[in-house]
Amino acid sequence: MSEERERLAAALARVPYAAFLGVRAELKGDELTLVMPFSEHLIGNPALPALHGGVVGALMELTALTQLAITSKSNTFPKTIDIGVDYLRSGRPKDTYARARVVKIGRRIANVQAEAWQSERSAPIAAMHGHFLLADEGDGGS
Amino acid sequence: MSKDSKDGAYWEGEEALQRIRTMSDFTPQCRALGVEVVSIRDGAVRARVPYKPEIAGDPDTGVIAGGVITTFLDHVCGMATFIKLSEPTPIATIDLRIDYMRAAAPGRAVLAEAFCHKVGRNVAFVRAVAFEDEPSNPVAHATATFMVNPTAARKMGANLRERRK
Repeated sequence: MSEERERLAAALARVPYAAFLGVRAELKGDELTLVMPFSEHLIGNPALPALHGGVVGALMELTALTQLAITSKSNTFPKTIDIGVDYLRSGRPKDTYARARVVKIGRRIANVQAEAWQSERSAPIAAMHGHFLLADEGDGGS
Repeated sequence: MSKDSKDGAYWEGEEALQRIRTMSDFTPQCRALGVEVVSIRDGAVRARVPYKPEIAGDPDTGVIAGGVITTFLDHVCGMATFIKLSEPTPIATIDLRIDYMRAAAPGRAVLAEAFCHKVGRNVAFVRAVAFEDEPSNPVAHATATFMVNPTAARKMGANLRERRK
């Protein structure tokens, strides 16, 4: 079972965009944390400097997709239907972490929330909620 | 302000294009993505992110990752706000909502068009659409709000200092 989850983390590593962001997955059992180490190219406003808001949103979206694939025991990533991102605090030029919570999985649609933080888990820099379309398992799936 | 319309004044022409091109040039993430400003027409900003394999979501299909669209839409909405401001001041996204209608076509560039339909004293309201050829066949729709008058604002280097509790 844990091999499947490791395979998923490896699947994430295959996603070119994840490599572009520099994201890596850390799995504890079935709990996933995505780590995005700081890099200059992630900056939005260089005067502060602050992480680009879109990048923080993308990190949370990737976390939600990956967590959902793990939780729904699927081999493929689901598709994003919609996301809403709330920006809470400016993203500093340091590492960023994200976790997602699957609120509800239906047969086709899942509702997921995610948060991104830096120095303090209790002071998130952004929060996301979204709806995702689960992968069609095709022949004989769940 | 160069022009007035029922939706409020906005910069236009070469000056506006220069303003937002400068904004993009100074944004490291936009340089990394290769975002190009295409045009400004009737207050709507149109920009383009060219395809490259590094920003694909699925290495087998060559479809641009959803997260790229998220970042791109956030940025184009910011640019649409920028041309509505009387002075170039920093703006910060408050919230961003995106509906994904379909995956982008494999290997193709994605365009986005954003329009800031209201700027208040504190908040700007923007809507945008992402597409390959025409907005009438959209990849995604977005709405965003931005803080436009961050007076308590953040001075240069603010993010380098420790926050006080």
